[in-house]
Amino acid sequence: MTEKLTRQPFILRNPQVLVVLAVLAVFTVAVTLLSQAYGSGVIPTSTVKVLGKTLCLALAAVAMDLVWGYLGILSLGQMAFFALGGYLIGQWLMYARTESIVAASLAQNPIPPTPAELQEGVANQIFGVVGSADLPLVWSFAHSLPIQLLLVLAVPGLLALVFGWLAFRSRVNGVYLSILTQAMTLALALWLFQNDSGFRGNNGLSGLQNIPGLDGIDQATLSVWFLWASALALALAYVLAAWLVSGKFGSVVRAIRDDETRVRFLGYPVEGFKLVVFTLAAMITAVAGALYYPQAGIINPAELMPIASIYLAVWVAIGGRGRLYGAIIGAVVVSLLSSWFTGGRAPSIHLPGYVVNWVDWWQVALGLSFVLVTLFAPKGIAGIFDRLGGILPPQRHGRDLGPDQGALQEQEAKA
Amino acid sequence: MIRPLIALALTLLLAMPASANPALEAVIADNLDQIEKPSRRTVEPLVAQIAATGPEGLALLQAWSGRALGVTDDGRLLIVDGDTATDAVTGAAVTDAEPKMLRPNSGVRGVIESALVAGEISSPDPARRAAALASIARDGTAEHLAALRAAPAEPDPILARQRQRVTNLLAIRFDAEPAARVAAIERMAGDVGLDFRAALNPLLATSRIAAPAEPDANIARELSIGADDFPRDAAIALLTSQGVLQPRLTPADQRNALAANVTGGTVGGIPVADLFDPAARDRAYEALEASGAVPPAATEAEADAALESHRFFEVYAEPNPDVTDAARAAQTRAQVRLAAMTGIDLGLDALSLASIYFLAAIGLAVTFGVMRVINMAHGEFIMMGAYTGYVVQTLIANRTLSLVVALPLAFAVTFGAGVVLYRLVIRHLAHRPLETLLATFGVSIALQQLAKNIFGTQARPLTAPAWLEGAVTINDVISISSIRVAIFVLALLFLGLFLFIMKRTRLGLEVRAVTQNPGMAASMGINPDRIAMMTFGLGSGIAGIAGVAIGLFAQVTSELGQQYIVQSFMTVVVGGVGNIWGTLAGAALIGGLSKVIEFLNPANTLAAQTFMILFIIIFIQFRPRGIIPQRGRAAEA
Amino acid sequence: MSALLEVDSISVSFDGFKAINNLSFNIGEAELRAVIGPNGAGKTTFMDIVTGKTRPDAGDVKWGTPPKSLLRMNEAQIAREGVGRKFQRPTVFEDQTVADNLTMALKASRNPFSVLGWRPSAASDDKVADLASEVGLAQQVGRKAGELSHGQKQWLEIGMLLAQEPRLLLVDEPAAGMTLAEREQTTALLVRLAQTRAVVVVEHDMDFVRRLNCKVTVLHQGSVLAEGSLDHVTRNPDVIEVYLGR
Repeated sequence: MTEKLTRQPFILRNPQVLVVLAVLAVFTVAVTLLSQAYGSGVIPTSTVKVLGKTLCLALAAVAMDLVWGYLGILSLGQMAFFALGGYLIGQWLMYARTESIVAASLAQNPIPPTPAELQEGVANQIFGVVGSADLPLVWSFAHSLPIQLLLVLAVPGLLALVFGWLAFRSRVNGVYLSILTQAMTLALALWLFQNDSGFRGNNGLSGLQNIPGLDGIDQATLSVWFLWASALALALAYVLAAWLVSGKFGSVVRAIRDDETRVRFLGYPVEGFKLVVFTLAAMITAVAGALYYPQAGIINPAELMPIASIYLAVWVAIGGRGRLYGAIIGAVVVSLLSSWFTGGRAPSIHLPGYVVNWVDWWQVALGLSFVLVTLFAPKGIAGIFDRLGGILPPQRHGRDLGPDQGALQEQEAKA
Repeated sequence: MIRPLIALALTLLLAMPASANPALEAVIADNLDQIEKPSRRTVEPLVAQIAATGPEGLALLQAWSGRALGVTDDGRLLIVDGDTATDAVTGAAVTDAEPKMLRPNSGVRGVIESALVAGEISSPDPARRAAALASIARDGTAEHLAALRAAPAEPDPILARQRQRVTNLLAIRFDAEPAARVAAIERMAGDVGLDFRAALNPLLATSRIAAPAEPDANIARELSIGADDFPRDAAIALLTSQGVLQPRLTPADQRNALAANVTGGTVGGIPVADLFDPAARDRAYEALEASGAVPPAATEAEADAALESHRFFEVYAEPNPDVTDAARAAQTRAQVRLAAMTGIDLGLDALSLASIYFLAAIGLAVTFGVMRVINMAHGEFIMMGAYTGYVVQTLIANRTLSLVVALPLAFAVTFGAGVVLYRLVIRHLAHRPLETLLATFGVSIALQQLAKNIFGTQARPLTAPAWLEGAVTINDVISISSIRVAIFVLALLFLGLFLFIMKRTRLGLEVRAVTQNPGMAASMGINPDRIAMMTFGLGSGIAGIAGVAIGLFAQVTSELGQQYIVQSFMTVVVGGVGNIWGTLAGAALIGGLSKVIEFLNPANTLAAQTFMILFIIIFIQFRPRGIIPQRGRAAEA
Repeated sequence: MSALLEVDSISVSFDGFKAINNLSFNIGEAELRAVIGPNGAGKTTFMDIVTGKTRPDAGDVKWGTPPKSLLRMNEAQIAREGVGRKFQRPTVFEDQTVADNLTMALKASRNPFSVLGWRPSAASDDKVADLASEVGLAQQVGRKAGELSHGQKQWLEIGMLLAQEPRLLLVDEPAAGMTLAEREQTTALLVRLAQTRAVVVVEHDMDFVRRLNCKVTVLHQGSVLAEGSLDHVTRNPDVIEVYLGR
């Protein structure tokens, strides 16, 4: 029976992929038809942006699920890759736009500007705020969209590769590894916070919502374009991730999560597998960031403080880790709820003698609900789907045992 | 300045009964011409004579230098103070005189003032001698140097040393004889006082010159163009400033000049549209130069030729090479000693930082060692301790008493919180460290927000008692605030307490047993659950104490814990788990390292933290289990 | 007979305790060997060293012809060289089906990218089916390993070892927790396997060792105390004193 199953095409073995893609498509089309630019205008542009950003967060959550839910590494540094992606695309957005503005203003002069003057003007415009007038070395390629796009993948990928190689090679795992990823994120954030890091210190990069060369197109239209781009990226990444975890590769990855020592004795180079997944996830996350920040308009180092990455883990846990769709559900539900509750639009609860203002109490509720989910519903929201889907064809990755328990048995076996 | 001091002396003098001073009278009579028209060069013996006549003479000098001395037509000297005047010799009040006021020049006044100081220096009253010395040390002149040298031997040993020091400092600055200056420098070598270093600095001041050949000056060194501290642009600027080279054209000047000379779409025959190219701009400018429309500017070739034909030197303002050599040597010695002292100071700073990290991390290390879980809410327990201290302080006004109450209370509160957290959450997540990490993170954000809701977002003060407010100062360089000393003591105390609990009590024995082999411990009748709960409570309690300690020098906010939690994690990771000495070593390493990096890069504490974390990531490569790892076969598994 | 594995005077100590003390040990290409010894004799540490889990302080472990040292390789490389290990407790991937477990163990390239490109073929399906029926799990291929009984997990792990096609099999207490029938089945399997490869069995159960009917190495305090047939070693007075206790 299983033999036959494994020979079926990938999509047929993973009907959930089709369901997710269909839901995503319906969602995107529906939002487009209700948007101000292409439809009835029921959904304001700001909401379209929020939804587009939410898709990017869901994309990051899918990558997080690969790393945590499947590979078993609780990386508290995923948002570093996310922000790096944002910074790298932001460099081009900001440079190219500033360049066009500076060129326009220099064109007022009787003498056409030299390239050096143009660059100096751009550097002054961008870095005047941190008291510098030189273009830092890290901006060498900022003028070129193709190179920066390449860097969006290459830089986070390389960082993940180097960090992962160092960490996995010395067999750091479990909470140690989590702490180390957190430290890496913090180091990066602190470095970016400096004025002389070349990324404008705590000012970050701004004006990213204006796309150079697309000056004639209003934000309402752009927001829908970005929604589509984000949805497309999410769909592609989802298919890629689902394909990755479905075959023998996925088998090995989950085996590493459950008992990496045993996998080593099977002859698999565990570090290599970890590196592949970790690096790939970093690149997916970077793409998510590169799509997110043009919609957000601004990026600064606060975005990659460790807390952001922990929230990402929270979303995946609430959604249900070890299920790719769980990650999406978690990211969408929790991030939208969070912005609703902290946005001040949620109605306060009037208790006798005290008014529960959600702006103040949402964090408390979120924290506690997170404890409750970990305690009582370790499979998260996706666990409900599992239960409902019990009668559907067996598509049950994962199991009730936590990823660490297998390893512990291993320890006991040798004690 | 010296004047107020002398004015004070004078008030004492004037209080004495006025009496005639024949010696003074004689001196005045003999030298009236010179008093009226003094010369800087010749006045000195006269001033000495007047000073030697006693208090009246000093009063006269004081008035003279203060431009309060007048001479009457009949040759009497009057000390004028507003509308009243007194006779300088007799001290008698004079009412109906119209004296001509004397206006000695500044050179003469300098001579007079140093004579006055010399008088003060030889005063029989040690307090006045000390005050005079101090005032000279603040604002010495060459005359003071002479006065100090001429003054009789100082009986008081402390003052004698001070006087010697001030004399040396003045000699370095003012002695006309280079050998004497060198000798003074050498006598003071090794001193790290700010005044000594300040005296050396002007001797070592240099300026840069360009010359075709080696100049006849005290040369510090020859500069080579292109060196880090002497780029080509600096050489050109130097040549320009010396008038050797025409000023070079800045790109902006060039552009403005070109823009001012646009004629019919071309500049100097070059179309405007082509001027985006720097080479085209140069050609256009040269064309304008040739036509005389713009002033000539040095060309690249001229600049090269000028650079070629000149050598560049850094020369001392001080002409005597012996003096500069001695000064340089003394400065180096001072810097070396200074570096050593800064090292000690740094060590003290590092020690106090390490104590804080130790206090913050010890609880974390204990719980990790026993249960293999990281409590992300540990930072919030620190915060809870700090807020407990704050609340206690609002209830008990006496700072010392409130601190005495707050410490055990903070322990109790956070111990309780730890036990509750263990019973409600952690116990149910046994053997799932990553989930524990996330669940405790949930607790962490809830507690943080809760603190914000209760205490608000603004920082709350937790004030230290007065006896903790000062600093222990050893010298100019080495000092440490008392609070940090207290925290160091507290850390030592807890190290001791912890060792006692672990090595000498039943609880400690059971904790060690559970740490090493939980299964075996359970089969020996130890209840691992209870042990885990107790250790968790203990670790949390110590976090509370750490919170009070941190609150004493930092602002108490809901984010207080977050600032220390990452460093605490690092301490545990670097130190290794399951061993308090590991935590200690980790805290020492992290504390020391952050201080050293901060010292090497003082402007940028953010970079310091970045480098430290990078160091830790590298460190883990070589010691994945920390400085003091758990050993044995159990640890291998 | 050329040695497949040659352990040359290795020593290792934990915190001053000498777990292995100047131990030498050889095994040929197709040989069955039982290793017995009291608790703490160093049996498991010996396996840890051969499989690369523990590094010895001194000595060398040579493998194959021409002999190369295993000490410079990590666990995965050693496993790829053809050293298979069965742990005392069954360690299978409980979250995955029997078929998945066996597929993972199948001899194939272990490189991540090759694994990514690996597709099941008729041959691999047949191989998995054969292995499953060989270890008596033909009816269970679609079930999750976690749902199997303890004995079935033992068998699954043995099946995974077979799938790896190792040249040397290290088996740690295979009989633990098995019924009598299962023990006999295991004995037969081990004997049969030893015809084509080297098999080292660590075991406490004397009856089980007797049934293996092979050369026996007795370890004591990290060194070889005696070696030979079971009858030979059980007559050795040293062995009687420290181990058999008679």
